[in-house]
Amino acid sequence: MDAFEPVIVAFCCHYCAYTAADMAGSKRLPYPANVNIVRVPCSGKVDAIHVMRALQRGADGVYVAGCLEGDCHFKTGNTRAAKRVAYVRKLLDEIGIGGERVEMFTMSAGMGERFARTASDFTEKIRGLGPNPVKAGMKSTLSAG
Amino acid sequence: MITAERKPMEELIEYVKPYRRILLAGCNECVTVCAAGGRKEVAKLSSALQMYFMKEGTPIEIEEITLERQCDPEYVEELLPHIDQFDAVLSMACGCGVQEIARRYKAKPVMPAVNTKFMGASEQQGVWAERCQGCGECVLGLTAGVCPVARCSKRLLNGPCGGSTGGKCEVSREVDCAWQLIWDRLKALGMSDRYEENLPAKDWRTERGSGPRKIVREDLAP
Repeated sequence: MDAFEPVIVAFCCHYCAYTAADMAGSKRLPYPANVNIVRVPCSGKVDAIHVMRALQRGADGVYVAGCLEGDCHFKTGNTRAAKRVAYVRKLLDEIGIGGERVEMFTMSAGMGERFARTASDFTEKIRGLGPNPVKAGMKSTLSAG
Repeated sequence: MITAERKPMEELIEYVKPYRRILLAGCNECVTVCAAGGRKEVAKLSSALQMYFMKEGTPIEIEEITLERQCDPEYVEELLPHIDQFDAVLSMACGCGVQEIARRYKAKPVMPAVNTKFMGASEQQGVWAERCQGCGECVLGLTAGVCPVARCSKRLLNGPCGGSTGGKCEVSREVDCAWQLIWDRLKALGMSDRYEENLPAKDWRTERGSGPRKIVREDLAP
């Protein structure tokens, strides 16, 4: 059996987390190719259903990364996102998928190191949890990278 | 609006278990406004149920549809072209919508996905509170626009009772004393004389005392 390479979907806000990813790139900081970034105008744009559909279609872990608390470009988008992430975690626990597959992170545009470390830590955490159990009922699964 | 809350997933999973193809029907009216059974909630529940059964290795098919109103036959009719493709309907509407589907599609099992709660208003984003019990004979004109039937825990028509402290009800510190609200508002409106008049005993036959109620408008009914 092939070694498990988790598929991670990261919803990153344009103003902070995505720019932090750019910063990580500029600084030549490595982070796992498992992380698939979806740029969003604000983390507050991410709805619970976006996170759930990612998992339903085979992602092993999903995180939302927004601006630091109090620093959202749109004032409260990141706190809204954090509440939605908490909602999805609870719902996933209810259906036995495990809410720990979903997380919320915050970082500023200058925190390239934090972006890279978050991507690595989350990937390793999901690797430890193993494949998303919904894959048991899928015809084909996504591949990492 | 009529307010509702999604049932626990455990209960919904049990409902759905015997079936393989489910029509998940939301409603665009009250349950959309109180974030219980509109298009977004339909999508989330559909995804959660599908993930659960995928995890179990027995995937199910769920079709999502959100009707304009499930309590009106003309909109429930829109399910007709789809209904035969499904084993059962899971409705995210209030109890009225669930029953309308049951009445129209007699051969199809229909199950509620939400618990219908009360007629309420939005206090702030994500918070809804009871405001009306549909008693059938509105007294708001006599009580400064604050309903003692819905908002007084004892439904007192001449309050408050001895359980009112600091404007709160003895039932919970979270509950305002309706009669304190009524008194404050009567005073503010310069209508404190109104408080001296005792309201007569209420005729509860207009509520549920005479069984299920019906409204017939002769000018509109066929």
